[in-house]
Amino acid sequence: MTALLELREVTKIYVSGLVKKRTTVALDRISLAIGTETPTITAIAGESGSGKTTMGMLFLGFLPPTSGEILYKGKDLWTCSKEEWRVFRREVQAIFQDPFEVYNPFYKVDHVLTVPIVKFRLANSKQAQREMIEKALIDVGLRPEETLGRYPHQLSGGQRQRITVARALLLQPKLIIADEPVSMVDASLRATILQSLRKLNKELGISILYITHDLATAYHICENIMVLYQGSVAEAGDVDAVIKDPQHPYTRLLVGSIAWPDPKRKWGQEIAEYRGEMLAQKTTGCKFAPRCPRAMPICRESPPPLYQTNETRATACYLYEGNPTLEGREISRVLRQ
Amino acid sequence: MEPILSVRDLSVYYYTEKGPVKAVDHVSLDLQQGMRLGLVGESGCGKSTMAMALMRLIRPPGRIVHGEVLLDGVDLVKLSDEEMRRTRLSKIALIPQGAMNSLNPVVRIQEQIVDGLLDHDVVLSKSEMEARVKELLESVELDPRVATMYPHELSGGMKQRVCVAIAISMHPKVIIADEPTSALDVVVQRQVMETIRRLQQELGLSIILIGHDMGLMAQSVDYLAVMYAGRLVEIGNVEDIFLQPLHPYTQLLISTLPTLEVKGVFRGIPGITPTLLNAPEGCLFQPRCPKAIDACLIPKTPVLKEVSFSRWVACHLYEDNR
Repeated sequence: MTALLELREVTKIYVSGLVKKRTTVALDRISLAIGTETPTITAIAGESGSGKTTMGMLFLGFLPPTSGEILYKGKDLWTCSKEEWRVFRREVQAIFQDPFEVYNPFYKVDHVLTVPIVKFRLANSKQAQREMIEKALIDVGLRPEETLGRYPHQLSGGQRQRITVARALLLQPKLIIADEPVSMVDASLRATILQSLRKLNKELGISILYITHDLATAYHICENIMVLYQGSVAEAGDVDAVIKDPQHPYTRLLVGSIAWPDPKRKWGQEIAEYRGEMLAQKTTGCKFAPRCPRAMPICRESPPPLYQTNETRATACYLYEGNPTLEGREISRVLRQ
Repeated sequence: MEPILSVRDLSVYYYTEKGPVKAVDHVSLDLQQGMRLGLVGESGCGKSTMAMALMRLIRPPGRIVHGEVLLDGVDLVKLSDEEMRRTRLSKIALIPQGAMNSLNPVVRIQEQIVDGLLDHDVVLSKSEMEARVKELLESVELDPRVATMYPHELSGGMKQRVCVAIAISMHPKVIIADEPTSALDVVVQRQVMETIRRLQQELGLSIILIGHDMGLMAQSVDYLAVMYAGRLVEIGNVEDIFLQPLHPYTQLLISTLPTLEVKGVFRGIPGITPTLLNAPEGCLFQPRCPKAIDACLIPKTPVLKEVSFSRWVACHLYEDNR
């Protein structure tokens, strides 16, 4: 089986500074394959600086990798022909965080919906175009008559964000990369947008990469989760298992910090053991070791491999030494495909 | 017991060419000594205007139209500008939203902390001032070396802690925290909230925490006040509200939240928030309310009413059991 889109041992290094070059390793040998046979929702979770947005950019072909390969239907994306890129641009769609910046305030919202149709010649008449747009809007729970013909400022953040979902839908994509799609939206609309993403996945068979810092919503809509810490995988696997019983000390810290909306489920005490915030530092060992309450001498020497702790999960932590190790791209084995 | 802060029938309108925007409309609430009150609502519901009104920082075209803000029995609305300036920081302090933007980027942290003290005529020698800054930084769990740094050298969480240190520098009784952690990562958010919690207990502070994150509210407050379209719709003990919300809006809001127990059940609130421009009399939630009855259409705004012990709700549905 060839995956639709696959990152294989991808590293992304940013270089800044004109005279004195500074390098930042945003992603460190990350592999992830998104298939199409069973559409899944996979969460890429992490805090700011974890490399999750860079990963989305690489998946979208917005950035070339520093090393490693990005394979689109088995072919290196960056050597694909113009025509293949065209198909790629249609099949892989993006939804971004900010529902304000996507729009040009001088155009009616119809503009963001008609451009892709014209660009990809999806409709052969005005009538067909109108029907496609109306269907896409209804699919995301908007009433076309209340939405079309308006300017962006006349719509709420939630409505605007749903129009960007409708736009992605128009192109009948196989994969949607959603980078923090609900972090700027109010709670009451957050649920509605996540619900429409789930519907796209279940009813229209679209795979989704849900990039987020919010583990609570990831838990609710995803099957798989990959937790990143400073550009490396900390833990990956079945979302239920990871959230209910986190293995990697970093995942434990993250899960322990979720503010569950339940006064009876208060933050526990486990956080006190962790060292405070750390700025990224160069280390030869595990990147989390400087903050980790359970760090051992080996953790500071070499980065831990990914241990497969059971069929549905893997953890990059020496605490799980003795379990079989997974080579980079074998991570897909623990993810539901 | 007399509340430390008592807001009585407060209204704040923004006067625009098209008419008044009623951002805060007839809001009353009490904050008891040592209590943590959460003020929750969606964007545009008037919660940040509330924060600014309590600090009396509303700028034109906004204006406090009527009402009282009694802090320890003194009506802040009636104070002169100079008296209010002295009251800020020494009796009531604000932790603003987005610490990244509220610190001066070209001034060292020490000077920014000292600035507030000097402005309130605190006379201390240079070494005493430095000791005071060190003590304040330590109280918010920052390394005293932060004093000589500039904001860009600090992370978001550290900058937010500096803002907390500034807020407590004059020992105020009441702190208004407007989304103090909204731009922070979850782990840092939790650490900052726990620092605020510890200070609140040690210093006996009363806190109003303003935000939209119900999860954070559940973790950090004792009482919860829910705002919708510029009006207070429900107020009560946080556990009671999560367990049994009374107002239909609160009920829907709580049903949209992700919990650990029930997975994959999602329900948004249909409809959109109303415009506050020329907001009419009557229930503003009625167009979105699944429980609305004919009686809800009357042009009379429901008022907060105590329906059971310490449970207040403003909804026509609860007005029959008088």
